[in-house]
Amino acid sequence: MSQSSGFSKALRTDAGKGLILISPTALFAILLLAAPLTSIVLLSFWTQNFLTIDRTFTLANYSEALTDPLYRSLMLRSVKISLSVTAVTVLLAFPIAYFVSFHVRPSRKSLWLFLITIPFWTSYLIRVFLWRVILAYDGPVNGTLIGLGVIDEPLSWILYNSNAVVITLAHAFAPFAILPIFVSLEKIDRSFLEAAQDLGETKLMTFFRVTLPLAVPGVLAAALIVMIPTVGDYVTPRLVGGSGGTMIANMIYAQIFDLNDRPMGATLAVGGMIIVGSIALALVLLTRRWTRARS
Amino acid sequence: MKGRGLHIYALVYLVFLYAPIVLLPLFAFNDGTTIAFPLQGFTLDWFRALVTTPALHEATLNSLIIAISTAVLSTCLGLFAARAATRYRFPAKPVIVGFIMLPLVLPEIIVAISLLVVMLQLGLSLSIWTIIAGHTLICVPFAIAILQGSFSNMDRSLEEASVDLGETPLTTFRLVTLPLVMPGIIASLLICFTISLDEFIIAFFLSGNEPTLPVYLWGQLRFPARLPVIMALGTILVGLSVGLLITAEFFRRRGLRRAGLPDSGGFL
Repeated sequence: MSQSSGFSKALRTDAGKGLILISPTALFAILLLAAPLTSIVLLSFWTQNFLTIDRTFTLANYSEALTDPLYRSLMLRSVKISLSVTAVTVLLAFPIAYFVSFHVRPSRKSLWLFLITIPFWTSYLIRVFLWRVILAYDGPVNGTLIGLGVIDEPLSWILYNSNAVVITLAHAFAPFAILPIFVSLEKIDRSFLEAAQDLGETKLMTFFRVTLPLAVPGVLAAALIVMIPTVGDYVTPRLVGGSGGTMIANMIYAQIFDLNDRPMGATLAVGGMIIVGSIALALVLLTRRWTRARS
Repeated sequence: MKGRGLHIYALVYLVFLYAPIVLLPLFAFNDGTTIAFPLQGFTLDWFRALVTTPALHEATLNSLIIAISTAVLSTCLGLFAARAATRYRFPAKPVIVGFIMLPLVLPEIIVAISLLVVMLQLGLSLSIWTIIAGHTLICVPFAIAILQGSFSNMDRSLEEASVDLGETPLTTFRLVTLPLVMPGIIASLLICFTISLDEFIIAFFLSGNEPTLPVYLWGQLRFPARLPVIMALGTILVGLSVGLLITAEFFRRRGLRRAGLPDSGGFL
């Protein structure tokens, strides 16, 4: 009796109500996220023995993933491509975010943001496929360049290699980079800029010494948001990457569906998570140090 | 001067962003079997071919069932979590909420493969339901982000007034809270529907023999002869997404107006 009244009392507190209210969603996440993630970590320590799975704990998959040159080069390439995509996307995005934040009338800003986000909501598969059309040997990019007399014969280095993957992913993740940078630029107190100029800085120096440093957290957030999904992208390398542009996700798929080696697939997936996690951690630490050094 | 340079850059950038989408209808109406320039002439054949492809209709039906279920489930789960996170203080809140939001920062392939492995190890057969489960997992964080916005924009004294005037918490929620966050709910439904409709990787891993529209599309990309039909399908899909987005944006703005707040930007 006293126990049940204690329980119902706990239910009436804020903490109890909050926990009850969030429990369906939390349970769902535990069931469909925590349990599966735990099981692939577990699976990565087992080995495939022809048709059955050998459940003795072993690090064999990991040592194979780290020593086999094929896996090593794939992981290295995934990181390289993802970092180039991040750099290209953020560099291209910054001027746009700056333009919308500083040069567009406030009433027009949400329209610009809407325009920027629309392409992102359209079918990802089709967008990637169209890049294959655009970059093709007889596609519009080569056609235009030849028509303008810039080149004599079609460029072959823009399709079916890692360059194509970088271009296509830089397009696909553009809004992810623009929005965080825009938000950090919007937060900048405009009177700082006036103060800098009143104190004799040129416009350019104001940008480098006031605006840019204050936008760094947004830039790092943008880098994080672009980097994470691109490491594990499957569609783009498959459609425009050719054989020289395959990435880790393609290998994970091949292990599970074509080679029927689920433990190795799980190992590569865990490896991918470790890679993403460590780069993400480095970026978060960098952001923290930056903001602390500033404040 | 500097402003003008930036303006030109912005326009060029928009061309870059819209290039693939602009090409799509060009090829969808192009009377040629290859996806290449120069264009041949105008035709509606590719759209007609869509009508006479039963496999496509099945895939579309699957996708619609999945997208609607995902939207409803994610928005319900999102409502619980967003309400709990904005209204109450409870132990381990950042950990619990952070964990629910985790799929937002996890490469989709990881979510897909871990769900697949569990299904296979448990011997469960893949079906529409496994895809719905996976899609709900990645949509819930979006639903929470949108709904948290609506809940925190809401004036809490309205709820208190309702309780003071004798309504029970349940009727207060139904009569006061729900109408106030309704624009957020609609925006969340639309966004989750759009995400699910377009999602490929999870559907690809978990679909078994019931393909969704993107999975069907992926299969067709291998056949060059089918490409113009795919362009036609893509045109319809893009039109649909843009329509849904404009509707979602409309409701978001109306919600802001109802709450008397200034418009501070887009969805994300």
